[in-house]
Amino acid sequence: MSTVARKKSLIWDYLTTVDHKKIAILYLIAGGFFFLVGGLEALFIRIQLAKPNNDFLVGGLYNQVLTMHGTTMIFFAAMPLVFAMMNAVVPIQIGARDVAFPFLNALGFWLFFFGGVFLNCSWFLGGAPDAGWTSYASLSLESPGHGIDFYVLGLQISGFGTLIGGINFLVTIINMRAPGMTYMRMPMFTWATFVTSALILFAFPPLTVGLIFMMMDRLFGGNFYHPAAGGNTIIWEHLFWIFGHPEVYILVLPAFGIFSEIFATFSRKRLFGYSSMVFATVLIGFLGFMVWAHHMFTVGMGPIANAIFAVATMAIAVPTGIKIFNWLFTMWGGNIRFTTPMMYAVAFIPSFVMGGVTGVMNAAAAADYQYHDSYFVVAHFHYVIVGGVVFALLAGAHYWWPKMFGKMLNETLGKITFWLFFIGFHLTFFIQHFLGLMGMPRRVFTYLPGQGFETGNMISTVGAFFMAAATIVLLINVIVTSVKGQKAEADAWGDGRTLEWAVASPPPEYNFAQTPLVRGLDAYWIEKMEGKKGLTPAEPLGDIHMPNSSILPFVISLGLFIAAFGFMYRTEASWGLAVGIIGLLITLGSMFLRSVIDDHGFHIHKEEVLEAEKGVKA
Amino acid sequence: MHVEEKLTAETFPASPEKATLEGKNKFLGFWLFLGGETVLFASLFATYLALRDKTAGGPPAHELFRMPLVFVATMLLLTSSLTSVYAIYHMKNFDFKKMQLWFGITVLLGAGFLGLEIFEFNEYVHEGHVFTKSAFASSFYTLVGTHGGHVAFGLLWILTLMIRNAKRGLNLYNAPKFYVASLYWHFIDVVWVFIFTVVYLMGMVG
Repeated sequence: MSTVARKKSLIWDYLTTVDHKKIAILYLIAGGFFFLVGGLEALFIRIQLAKPNNDFLVGGLYNQVLTMHGTTMIFFAAMPLVFAMMNAVVPIQIGARDVAFPFLNALGFWLFFFGGVFLNCSWFLGGAPDAGWTSYASLSLESPGHGIDFYVLGLQISGFGTLIGGINFLVTIINMRAPGMTYMRMPMFTWATFVTSALILFAFPPLTVGLIFMMMDRLFGGNFYHPAAGGNTIIWEHLFWIFGHPEVYILVLPAFGIFSEIFATFSRKRLFGYSSMVFATVLIGFLGFMVWAHHMFTVGMGPIANAIFAVATMAIAVPTGIKIFNWLFTMWGGNIRFTTPMMYAVAFIPSFVMGGVTGVMNAAAAADYQYHDSYFVVAHFHYVIVGGVVFALLAGAHYWWPKMFGKMLNETLGKITFWLFFIGFHLTFFIQHFLGLMGMPRRVFTYLPGQGFETGNMISTVGAFFMAAATIVLLINVIVTSVKGQKAEADAWGDGRTLEWAVASPPPEYNFAQTPLVRGLDAYWIEKMEGKKGLTPAEPLGDIHMPNSSILPFVISLGLFIAAFGFMYRTEASWGLAVGIIGLLITLGSMFLRSVIDDHGFHIHKEEVLEAEKGVKA
Repeated sequence: MHVEEKLTAETFPASPEKATLEGKNKFLGFWLFLGGETVLFASLFATYLALRDKTAGGPPAHELFRMPLVFVATMLLLTSSLTSVYAIYHMKNFDFKKMQLWFGITVLLGAGFLGLEIFEFNEYVHEGHVFTKSAFASSFYTLVGTHGGHVAFGLLWILTLMIRNAKRGLNLYNAPKFYVASLYWHFIDVVWVFIFTVVYLMGMVG
């Protein structure tokens, strides 16, 4: 129970870590990698569509790339990058030393990671899934090969990870807040994480059930979606969208949270209308569950169902509008600094509003019959997901980079990234609204000349290359600054308002030598305004209790990864069933070990804390 | 209070499952997990309701279900929920032996339920009600089987806890574990009440 066993190799350290700050880095690297993969897939799509009758990616292969682009970007790029931000920041923002369940935090990461690796193994093992990221049963049941099985099993594994992460953050935020950190003093990003986690908790189980049904149908002879045996493919659509629509808010609420922090920091003003912001976040989270069938207006649910879901959908524009005005009023009269994160934040407002407006257009059920399955829809959801979520992730990465890694990213390169990405984004997707209204269908791999689609598609492809260039500049920025960047102060931007800016960059493993006393909203800002150097402690200096690291989360996830291969090849390979069972035994055995081996953690002694703190100050 | 503190019946706190921060986290986290499980079962129920008449030529529900068998299984499981309440009552009174005894009875009752369910499924298969037969069969076995899987997992879990802690008695490290396992057991019981109503009673009627 001491600190002896902490000299480990870097790789072993990261394989076994339960520290939320290191898990954040793991999420950032893995999510960043999948972002690059999904981005490459997007480029391939745009190259194929650059001119009519192109033969770069034809037919089935195009379907695979298109499916994997959507699936990868949503589940394996955007979600983990959101989790990277949450892990890096939320425990520190509430004045906690770690999350409520450090072990489960690591387990959540490794489940996500192995799920993503499993899905991408499909490229090398006979072909990727090809039924779109929504994988409607009418298509996916007919898909030959194992592509869809990779999708079904990979998403189940990573879905468990996400669910675990959601529960972990809920408990962390409810139970682990520092003294004085009341709910209505929580930073906006913490609030967003809280509501998002609740959405994850209630949205992921329907997806799991839908995936289980599809797994039963494809691998075990089930009949959930087979009309010939009484099944119904619409059940998949309902289950998928009962998950899928809240998923949109799972992604965008943290984005709103990130921007709320950035607007307040770089306007050097407290967030305008904080309590209405909280109210709007909770309301969006609630309404997010009431609108799933707006993805299914053309299924034939009838005018009453369509009308109800249309009105509920339009209602979401109200709390979102409240947020937009609050951000504008936060900047109003503020002392604004146009740093890289702030430029993303400012650019986000008009971009996201456009996505919102086309969202209300889509919500009008009668009009949706015209937009449905056209590039208009593609343009709409890229405006909200890229203009909202990706902008936020890029902004958050620049904003919290010094906190995570202790080095500032280069501002000049950051601004080049921003302009390239901003221009590329609008170049790619703005024109797609019109392509859609002119009748270009989505998910189709080519089009004929002379239909008026040539110019628009070429512009769109050029824009995609701008975004690719932006990503390359960002990578150069990361490499250059990690080699010779300027070391970051604790309050890296000089205008930090929340608790994470009061601790060193990067923070010590225990975050706070003494748990802070929170005396109001923007706790660190209050202390600074009163001329104090640090936070007011809520406890005397003492030994700090820390969780033990463990390899078990890695092994539990690896077991499911192995089991998935076994069950997938069960019917055609003699080793299939055996491998499947061995994989499950590895997982259950590791869970058994976790249950029977006591884990009391260890203590960092007061003297070591004092020494570490001295090192930071010097 | 500290996790490894040696406690007596006098010093044992009134709510040992929530006496430490770890316990509090586990308590809340598990309630939230049960919230997610509720949505999972709700999805399974909704699908079953949509597909329960789609027998594709196989035997329909009212010809299959045997009320006496299901009734006995139901009684076993409901009683096991009661016995797990007794176990937690004795845990709160720091009476480790009686807690183990009542958890032991809970496990026996649960095993009896599971045995009857396996017997029941076996009967159905002989009557042509197999998983691959129809949408009704698939959704029936998935809903009831997912519940059965939860029962099996719960049995293994409670047994593991009983054996692991048999020699060292109660402390604030394992009290939350016993408590949470009993919460899980109650949840399984509540789900069964719905299965009994929605699957069996509604199936018998029409």
